Amino acid sequence: MKYILMMNTMKAGHGVPGWPKKDLQAHIAFMRGLNKELHQRGELVSAEGLSFPDQAKLVKAGKDGTPVTDGVFAESKEFLAGFWIVDVDSPERAYEVAAKVSAAPGPGGAPLNMPIEVRPIMSGPPPEML
Amino acid sequence: MNLDATSETLLRHLAPQVVGVITRRFRDFASAEDAVQEAMIAAFTQWPKEGIPENPRGWLIQVASRRMLDQARSEIARRERETAVAAEAESAAFTLEIEADMDPDDTLILLFTCCHPALTTSSAIALTLRAVGGLTTAEIGNAFLVPEATMAQRISRAKQTIKASGVPFRLPSPHERMERLPAVLHVLYLIFNEGYASSIGVHLQRLDLAREAIRLTRNTKSLLPDNPEVTGLLALMLLTDARRAARTGPDEELIPLDRQDRTLWDRGEISEGLELLTTALSKGSVGLYQLQAAIAAVHDEAEKAEDTDWPQILALYELLKRVAPSPMVTLNHAIAAAVVQGPAKGLELLRALDSDPRIAGHYRFDSVRAHLFEQIGDREAAIQHYRMAARRTTSIPERNYLMTQAARLTEE
Repeated sequence: MKYILMMNTMKAGHGVPGWPKKDLQAHIAFMRGLNKELHQRGELVSAEGLSFPDQAKLVKAGKDGTPVTDGVFAESKEFLAGFWIVDVDSPERAYEVAAKVSAAPGPGGAPLNMPIEVRPIMSGPPPEML
Repeated sequence: MNLDATSETLLRHLAPQVVGVITRRFRDFASAEDAVQEAMIAAFTQWPKEGIPENPRGWLIQVASRRMLDQARSEIARRERETAVAAEAESAAFTLEIEADMDPDDTLILLFTCCHPALTTSSAIALTLRAVGGLTTAEIGNAFLVPEATMAQRISRAKQTIKASGVPFRLPSPHERMERLPAVLHVLYLIFNEGYASSIGVHLQRLDLAREAIRLTRNTKSLLPDNPEVTGLLALMLLTDARRAARTGPDEELIPLDRQDRTLWDRGEISEGLELLTTALSKGSVGLYQLQAAIAAVHDEAEKAEDTDWPQILALYELLKRVAPSPMVTLNHAIAAAVVQGPAKGLELLRALDSDPRIAGHYRFDSVRAHLFEQIGDREAAIQHYRMAARRTTSIPERNYLMTQAARLTEE
């Protein structure tokens, strides 16, 4: 079963670039270690971090279909900071990984307790037999 | 250049035998399996260029043994001392031409090793496909849409688990074999199911897991010819695979059994499946796979959907409910009862599943109820359950189908 784990961060509070060096390094090491662990368990399909929200563009089709870009979505409070796609044996295991991600260390080493959205990936027709 | 189909079949057939020989010789299943994988990859690249060696099996054994020796040597260099394994490896180098240590049961031992009860099903499947099926890690990763490196890790972890469990590389005792056979058959069944469920156009380049499962089960049957459940499983696969060409439409939409063009069904697979099923059933002990095969056979034997012998299917599900009870069996039993005794009876039987956490949130539970509510004329309940099922399925073709059903009823 494949799941996507989406890490949503509050846009207003996203102060990662401003963290003390020690905390930043601990956070990076945690994420590296987590990805390594998922890989070693044979569960990691992919993991991507996304650029900061100020790099995002909102695109719509113009009159002739050409792209019209806009600035970032100022009204939204949360943004997608990154995601993991894992292939695991049960939904419980996906939640376990999500909880681990959620508790990534933040400033002062305290767990961030970020909300992680876990959703099954539509991965083909289900078994027809028994 | 690619290897032709005949040579590829030969290579796959030899793979488990070679894993057996190397494991026996070096007494290390995990490394032996890796070494054979490397030998297989070498064969895939070298044979098309240099031609098939005169003794393909000997060639694979030699290449795999060399890998084992290289590994043992670097191990020595690292530790700067001789180990028992390395000493054994050296002596083995001089006996390469001798194949007396070949054991016809090796493939069977491997199958029992790979379908080890300590493994999760996904790792047992991956390891079985590689060690017994002779597939490359890349092919297996591709079949499950998982990166090759991830699949390699999954296989390597599985082997570590087996190693830690301390089970020796030998054929389990007859008693133990009977105890562990269900796990082996379950893995083969899941490989087939994965292949059957995903044999949809978008992933045409994916390896045909259903065919691979049939091949492995055929192999297993030749090793355990008298076991009715092994024969029953092969029959079930063939009787199901026979409908492959008819089960999807031009736009990859799923076509339910009662609307399939039955002229597209593979008659060869059906008659072979029926024959196997008859043999299995004559042996007396009826099990889970024989019963499922018998149900598939009743469907396959009907020339038109309306000719289907539903009372027979209902009786078989009643039997299956006793032999191997599960919520899915209860669900299918209710479907058969709805056809024979009316949709109200079906809905009544389904109420037994209302409080069963194993299926309560499963889309099929809702989709069956939607169909039955539609049949008794409760349009509102049908729409509600079609929508609920559409929300719960993880299959896009299935979701499209269910949403269309709900939309159709809403507009009626």
